[in-house]
Amino acid sequence: MIRFLAAVTSSGDSIPLGITDAGNWFLQNVWLIPLIPAMSFIGILFFGKRLPRGGSELGIAALAIAFLLSICTGFAWMDHRDNFHGEEISQALVSGEHGEHGEHGEHGEPSLAVVNTTTWFTTGGVEFSVGTLVDGPAVMMLFVVTLVSLLVHIYSTDYVAGDRRYTHFFAFLSLFSASMLLLVISENTLQLLVSWELVGLCSFALIGHWWEEKENSNAALKAFLTNRVGDMGLLIGVTILFFATGKLLPDTFGSFSIVTTNALASAGLLSHSTLLIAACCLMAAVMSKSGQFFLHTWLPDAMAGPTPVSALIHAATMVVAGVFMIARLYGVFFEGFSIGGSSINLMALIGGFTTLVGACLAFVQRDIKKVLAYSTISQLGYMVMALGVGAWTAAMFHLFTHAFFKACLFLGSGSVAHSVHSFDMKSDMGGLRKEMPQTFRTFIIGSIALAGLPPFAGFWSKDEILVGTGGWGIMGGTGGNGSYTFMLVMGMITAALTAAYMTRCVYLTFFGEFRGHGHPHESGKRITVPLWILAVLAIFAGFLNLPKGFQLVPKSLQERFGHYVEPVAGYFPQISHATPSWSLAIVSTIIVIAGVVFSWNYYFVKVENTSKETGESLTELPNGLTTRLALARMGHTLLVNKYYLDHLYTGIITRAVKEPIAELAYRSNQEILDRTVDTFGRSAVKIGQLNYFKIDQNVVDGFVNASGRISSESGEELRKIQSGKVQSYAAILFAAATILAGLLIVIV
Amino acid sequence: MENLLDSWGLTVVTFSPLLGALVMFLLPKEKEYEHKVIALVTSLWVAFVGLMLLIWFDLDATERLQYVVDKSWIQAIHSRYVVGLDGISLPLVLLTVLIVPLCIVYSWNHFPEPKNPKTFLILILVLETGMIGTFVAQDMVLFFVFFEVVLLPMFFMIAVWGGPNRRYASLKFFLYTLFGSALMLVSFLSLFFLTGAESFVFSEIADNVVAHAVSRTAQLWIFGGMFLGFGIKVPMFPFHTWLPDAHTEAPTVGSVILAAVLLKLGTYGFVRIAIPLLPEAAVEWAPWIGLLAVIGIIYGAFCCLAQTDMKRLIAFSSVAHMGFVMLGISTLTDFGINAAIMGMVAHGLITGMLFFLAGSMKERYHTLEIKRLGGLLVQAPKMGWILGFCAMASLGLPGLAGFWGEFPAILSAYNPANGLPVETFRTFMVVAALGTVLAAGYLLWLLQRAAFGTPKEEFAEDPNIHDATKTEWIAWAPLLALILALGIYPNLVFRATDGAVDASLTPCLTIDVDQLSHEEIETTDCPEVYGLLDHGSDHHAVSKGS
Amino acid sequence: MLLNQFLILSAVLFSIGVYGVLTRRNGVMVLMSIELILNSVNINLVAFAAFREAISGEVFALFVIAVAAAEVGVGLAMVLLLYRNRRNIDLAGIDSMKG
Repeated sequence: MIRFLAAVTSSGDSIPLGITDAGNWFLQNVWLIPLIPAMSFIGILFFGKRLPRGGSELGIAALAIAFLLSICTGFAWMDHRDNFHGEEISQALVSGEHGEHGEHGEHGEPSLAVVNTTTWFTTGGVEFSVGTLVDGPAVMMLFVVTLVSLLVHIYSTDYVAGDRRYTHFFAFLSLFSASMLLLVISENTLQLLVSWELVGLCSFALIGHWWEEKENSNAALKAFLTNRVGDMGLLIGVTILFFATGKLLPDTFGSFSIVTTNALASAGLLSHSTLLIAACCLMAAVMSKSGQFFLHTWLPDAMAGPTPVSALIHAATMVVAGVFMIARLYGVFFEGFSIGGSSINLMALIGGFTTLVGACLAFVQRDIKKVLAYSTISQLGYMVMALGVGAWTAAMFHLFTHAFFKACLFLGSGSVAHSVHSFDMKSDMGGLRKEMPQTFRTFIIGSIALAGLPPFAGFWSKDEILVGTGGWGIMGGTGGNGSYTFMLVMGMITAALTAAYMTRCVYLTFFGEFRGHGHPHESGKRITVPLWILAVLAIFAGFLNLPKGFQLVPKSLQERFGHYVEPVAGYFPQISHATPSWSLAIVSTIIVIAGVVFSWNYYFVKVENTSKETGESLTELPNGLTTRLALARMGHTLLVNKYYLDHLYTGIITRAVKEPIAELAYRSNQEILDRTVDTFGRSAVKIGQLNYFKIDQNVVDGFVNASGRISSESGEELRKIQSGKVQSYAAILFAAATILAGLLIVIV
Repeated sequence: MENLLDSWGLTVVTFSPLLGALVMFLLPKEKEYEHKVIALVTSLWVAFVGLMLLIWFDLDATERLQYVVDKSWIQAIHSRYVVGLDGISLPLVLLTVLIVPLCIVYSWNHFPEPKNPKTFLILILVLETGMIGTFVAQDMVLFFVFFEVVLLPMFFMIAVWGGPNRRYASLKFFLYTLFGSALMLVSFLSLFFLTGAESFVFSEIADNVVAHAVSRTAQLWIFGGMFLGFGIKVPMFPFHTWLPDAHTEAPTVGSVILAAVLLKLGTYGFVRIAIPLLPEAAVEWAPWIGLLAVIGIIYGAFCCLAQTDMKRLIAFSSVAHMGFVMLGISTLTDFGINAAIMGMVAHGLITGMLFFLAGSMKERYHTLEIKRLGGLLVQAPKMGWILGFCAMASLGLPGLAGFWGEFPAILSAYNPANGLPVETFRTFMVVAALGTVLAAGYLLWLLQRAAFGTPKEEFAEDPNIHDATKTEWIAWAPLLALILALGIYPNLVFRATDGAVDASLTPCLTIDVDQLSHEEIETTDCPEVYGLLDHGSDHHAVSKGS
Repeated sequence: MLLNQFLILSAVLFSIGVYGVLTRRNGVMVLMSIELILNSVNINLVAFAAFREAISGEVFALFVIAVAAAEVGVGLAMVLLLYRNRRNIDLAGIDSMKG
């Protein structure tokens, strides 16, 4: 039987959710997809070492099955989206709701998410359920996660071959895949929270994979602790939504259900202030997980982990969990931050700021992985900004394309490092285009896609975000949710910066002369094949969502991605879509080309020429801007020090655990920021010690000791009576008897 | 079988250990092997009976006392032998009957100095009787007797088999808790006399408190006495100072039992006696309990960060974790108290396991100073993994047991029972959430220092450092499995507690004011709800209007 | 009935006994003083039995006599042992039970 589900509030209103519990077998049994990697985790953990290939074959098989299932689920969803029509009454309910807003035409047919739940446990009279929520974003994420994970598995069999913890590595990859897949199909916020923490655990374990070195375990700890800070926000935000939703529902005092929460928020039944507080709390979680400014500092450090891990976890999947969470609870964020119709809000601001901050930092890195890490931060900022301005589909699309080209770049950098045994671009790379042609070509493709030149994937998704800001009416992008001109400017600047730093990165790695030692060579098939698959996707993925306004292709091919991924349902807010325009696309392309030309001029022309003159392979001009201009030098120092943010965090944490900070000594301490931190950190320890040594050990404990002493001293006194002489005992006995007798006489 | 269990089950499970101890008492000291076997068989028999009790337990009526025995005991003081098992007691009894055999197995080959397995095992068995008795007793005097029976064996265990500073630690433990229970006894007696009850049985006293309307002031004082008695045992900040010393000095098995079960006697007292019997006083006291609980969470975490000794760090982490339990209790909601019971069980398993691990590490390294440890994962990889697992469980990672004690407690603080100040509790919630960050801090710090990196030079070639032995695995495996099982399926505990907790609270506390009309509220007999009417009538009108 | 006289006699005997127990340092003398105390009690018992015409007092007195005999036996044995070990029977010197 096909049922449509609606939430009935305690005041008797019925809010259509736009969900159903019926549908194709694949949509109903999507829980199998996380289950398979989970089984493989257990299998590898217990039997991995006894298998001929150390357990990697189990992981690959599991991910291959999961990938196939995801593909099937994807097709099932596309069919469901276009052809599923249930009972007419409920259908009317859903579309009627949308009809009221008069935007039926634009949003098209409602999409009915498939929700299946089962009770997990009951406490305090509330049923907690687990379940699957299958709709566009979930299906899209399933595809991305299983594909990238599968490719990374294959890549790793070569990359970490011979590692002493080969089996554990694959076990954790499986566990990670399972948790991430569980996260994307979460039906309720509790489930989301659980899987959210589990992916954090896997990230911790994999960053610290080579835990023998302190640096790596430090990075792992930093990642986990920074994420814990954000998780605090998640805990509180989820709690607030739980009770706020429950208040409106009959017979329960709380509900974790994502669709219900979203539907109530979108229907305007939850108070704005509650939603704002909840959204701010959840934003903290997004900032830590998705590396948004100012909780991003763990992400570059996380590069201490093996490169496949960086590609999978810290570029393509886990770090986008925050973005995905915003997309999932978009009703809450949309209403909470009043995204529709404002011109600035916290989310857009944080996202926009992060894109700039990350892009600037990418310029000064020597380590190729750190360039990519900061680039990831920057691109995540793009996505958050897009969500902040209401360009939901653009954000999801960028997430989708970014996963491919960034994974391609990361795996490419791993391929390079595999051959030169270092990540340092300045001292150990250069001129590798001849030795590593496959890696070079894929890396170039990835870079162009990242920079956003047409017709590569990054161009389409980036352009849609810029359009979605709805700013700058003359340039097109009209009809968005508000006029976020400021965000448009930030996005444009970042586009130029991205192009420039990727040019730098490509030059330093593949051009000039080889500066390292030994003889670099192309990597094996197990590394290059995944690279090529990702590169091909980086070229073509952008065509999935060709914009509407351009009239390049027939209508049936336009915005296919948006059509299948963006929900049109009661649990999703009514967002407006900006109209794309030629002018904006051309301007942004020109800006990107300007960035490339600028950087090209510096590296490919000036540096190259100077290198030839001096006869050595240079990485920068000896008399560059930074040596001539004091302002530029200061800017450079600020960037090299990562805005001193790490001082702030490491300062507190390491001080609090009483570690001498060798790192701190080597950096300048004149910043006010730093001094504040020191005082803060030191006083935290002081308080801890004062607390422990003075108050705990003296005052509180003192009372206890005093009472003990009193009883022991009185015992000492009483001891004297115990002379051991029979007669003195007898004397006491008779004396006591006499006194008692006397008392008896007096009383009686 | 069922009849036999019904009338004898609880008595058997309570007194079998004592019987075993008696048999051992009669055997000469030299027969060490026989002693071990008797102790193990006794504890396994007890565990078996416990399991039978679980199997025949009616899980659909957890709020009803089951296996009840009601016999006259000391008529002179109106005390009766009443034992019974409901959903609140059940998980704790099972926890006890599980932990004790594991402790005996663990100490099989390595009894702490000065050896003497006979006395050591007798003490453990006597402890078991005391602990189980406390959880099943339904009469105040009986409860008190069992509560005190626990004290002595633990005192001797610390004082005889403990570390270098054992005399001080054991005496402190004994005096401190004795002081608390003295006040508790005074409270019990005054409650008995003020209500004019015919007996000390909980249910009767509860009925009489309602019927005879004990004055509010008296209730507050009586609750205060119980608060001290139970609070010291928990231990709550600022009464916790006996705990780190006792834990640090106690032998491994002593620490495990102390952490796993003894601390729960205090929290159990709150849930079983203080709150159901004196709901009005509980409402007055709850904000203060909540305050001390969150102070304990933060304070314990800070103290952990200042520690240099692993065992002491774990001990202080108990203060923080019991803070979460007390926070759940202080909300006075069925949600919060369920979380608290889950928290008790989880803390028992996890911290018990951590103490086992600390004991085993001490045996290998002969020190637990954190800065001298390192590279456990290199030298004893399995133990290193277990340490990591337990640290993760302890810091409240979802999917492991600790989370279901912590998260629902935080959740419940957002929406405390009727009559409690909502804003205050929401502040507590935020502070408690901060505590989870600090918990991750000190536990991961410990993990990094102890397990990661390479072994320090002094231990690098030490042949004494080997991976977990077979006896250790037998003792640990059930705990590890349960930590995981409860994490994945918390219903194992909630199924038992849910109904029982709901029944133990007066409806006034949990009634949903939003779902009632004005007239209905005025007709309820709940002072707490009236309080809401005064303050929140606007809000109420709004929510009804929409 | 001459009850008072019996009671006074027994009180006097009792006091002498107590005095002896408390002041004599010789173990044998202390034992004899204890005998005096016990016999003063016996006198009381018999006197009250006769006064109330109930047999139980006399029966009890017989018990006391029997117990006293046993007690003296044990006591003398201890004194003898004491003498063997220490070559005197001075009670003041025995304080090994001192706390």
